[in-house]
Amino acid sequence: MSSLQKRSIWLMLIMLLLLLSVVSVSLGSKPIPLLETLRVLFTDADSPFRMIIQDLRLPRVTAAILVGAALAVSGTILQGIIRNPLAAPDLVGITGGASAAAVSFLVGTGGIFSIHWLPFVAIGGALLATFLNYLLAWKNGVSPFRLVLIGIGIATAMGAVTTFLLLVDEAYQASQILGWLTGTLYGTAWKHVIALLPWVLGFLLMTFFLSKELDMQALGDELAVGLGSPVQKSRLRLLLCSVALAGAAVGIAGGVAFIGLMAPHMARQLVDPVHRMLLPVSALMGAVLLLAADLIGRISFSPLDIPAGVFTAAIGAPFFLYLLFRKRS
Amino acid sequence: MLSLLRSRQAKVALLLGTFLMLIMIMLMSVLLGVQTISLHTFWDAIMHFDGSYDHLIVTNTRVPRAVIAACVGGSLAIAGALMQALTKNPLASPSVFGINAGASLLLVLSITFLGSLLGQGMMIWVAFTGAGLAACLVFLLGSIGRDGFQPIKLTLAGSAVTAFASAITSGIMLLNKETVEEALFWLVGSVSGRDLADLLMVFPYLLIGWAMAFTLARAINIISMGDEVATGLGQRTVMVKIITIITIVLLAGGSVSVAGPIAFIGIMVPHLCRFLIGNDFRWLLPYCGVYGALLLVAADIVSRFVLLPREVPVGVATALLGVPFLVYIARRRTYE
Repeated sequence: MSSLQKRSIWLMLIMLLLLLSVVSVSLGSKPIPLLETLRVLFTDADSPFRMIIQDLRLPRVTAAILVGAALAVSGTILQGIIRNPLAAPDLVGITGGASAAAVSFLVGTGGIFSIHWLPFVAIGGALLATFLNYLLAWKNGVSPFRLVLIGIGIATAMGAVTTFLLLVDEAYQASQILGWLTGTLYGTAWKHVIALLPWVLGFLLMTFFLSKELDMQALGDELAVGLGSPVQKSRLRLLLCSVALAGAAVGIAGGVAFIGLMAPHMARQLVDPVHRMLLPVSALMGAVLLLAADLIGRISFSPLDIPAGVFTAAIGAPFFLYLLFRKRS
Repeated sequence: MLSLLRSRQAKVALLLGTFLMLIMIMLMSVLLGVQTISLHTFWDAIMHFDGSYDHLIVTNTRVPRAVIAACVGGSLAIAGALMQALTKNPLASPSVFGINAGASLLLVLSITFLGSLLGQGMMIWVAFTGAGLAACLVFLLGSIGRDGFQPIKLTLAGSAVTAFASAITSGIMLLNKETVEEALFWLVGSVSGRDLADLLMVFPYLLIGWAMAFTLARAINIISMGDEVATGLGQRTVMVKIITIITIVLLAGGSVSVAGPIAFIGIMVPHLCRFLIGNDFRWLLPYCGVYGALLLVAADIVSRFVLLPREVPVGVATALLGVPFLVYIARRRTYE
């Protein structure tokens, strides 16, 4: 692929993201004219829509971008470490751990604590599940295959815990919980976004710095050791980044499916499989996907707010198939 | 390939032993529950049925559950082993083929548009059709293009189709609350509340699937060495792959249409059996059949006692029983 084409892919994705952001801010149950939107965004002018834009839509758009990018990068890391195209935060129990923790928080505390703690509880659950996975997979180091096999076990166990809690709970909060499990950005507030912004940005940046190590991991252990890479240490570092990102994403938006698994594959269809390129492109891809899914969820059945998790795959899967076969025919 | 059992005698002995255990567990499944049935009552219910409450429990609830769990568990495990061989990916399961998602989608669509016109008998065929359609689509997507059929293309296309179908399913269910009530019974994945008649409808297909799987075993052993080696040995690899796919659809599609989507068995049991007897499919497939059946029947029993007097979904109990084994195997075996 020529460098011109590569640059145009970058440019296209960034333009698409900006365009979608502005459209997302202006469209919704109360449509705001595009010019008015831009005026509110870029000037201090007085406007009747300032509240809607600043307090409701802008945090939601920011959250969509952060969550989409975080999930995509988390999936890219896992597919690199585990060297399996099916690897994703859902498969190895990261999402499952976050969901189980969040549901036990909602069911178990019965509203004693503020709902604002939910994102942090979810991150805690994701970290705990992965720590357990790492611990159980440890045997003179951690082999990728053992990690993913035990991860599947942990994901299954966490899913069972979640189902069990929903059964015991007599469903008084069940509909709220089900929406959360599908993945939704409904009701995102600045509070969450600002609390998680440095966290997500920090780990995204760290992952980009580790992209060479990720390339090594993808080569296989023997080759990586031969090339002088500290395989186990870098695997742990990368795994931590992946959990931190996916945990935060699930904390904000719940169990959004598809992006963690497919955004990396989309990126692989677009650029060379070097992680220096793959990571940012799949991050952009994830952000675009979630932003588009959330926008469609808000406007397609307005005033109903359909969880974004429904549309990530509904629009992402056909697009992925198009990418997959564009090169071959 | 390191495995626990090497000699032929040991393999035969364990297979027979496990089969006997399966019969025992199935008997326990008939006897145990909120209402305990004595062995004597069970015998009477079969031989001299008198329509009493206990006899009705045996013939209408317990026996169907045990038989359905055994057939579905065995079929899912065999389909899982075939799927892992076909995609050359140890993490694959029949659901990667879009089988569960396709069955769910077509079922939810039919309930939404046909409503009460759809009897429970019809639901089984709808689900089977959905499973078959999804698998055909995935296979087509996995084999068009200049490079022909590629495991990686099949896996990726399958993941995309699965995600798409699940998304549409949950979208319909969110918009149409009445569908949820009716579909949930099936979507949870369970072996209870089904009649033997439900199983009998798909049983011929499962039977054909088992026969095809065991006939395929040798060919799959050869194809596992790589396509070039297999072609060099005179095997028609494309033919073998197509037959394997048909077998997977029969087994997993038949299972999902009776019991709803039951995950985990298709991934976990093949790994357990490989740990026991290695990678020879002539042994692996029968072992998967017996151990898959054993796990699902046992899980079904456990599901009755976790939250007495209510039952938990069988998926919860499968996790409870299966996950410790999976962790143990993953720790015991050496990889790479």
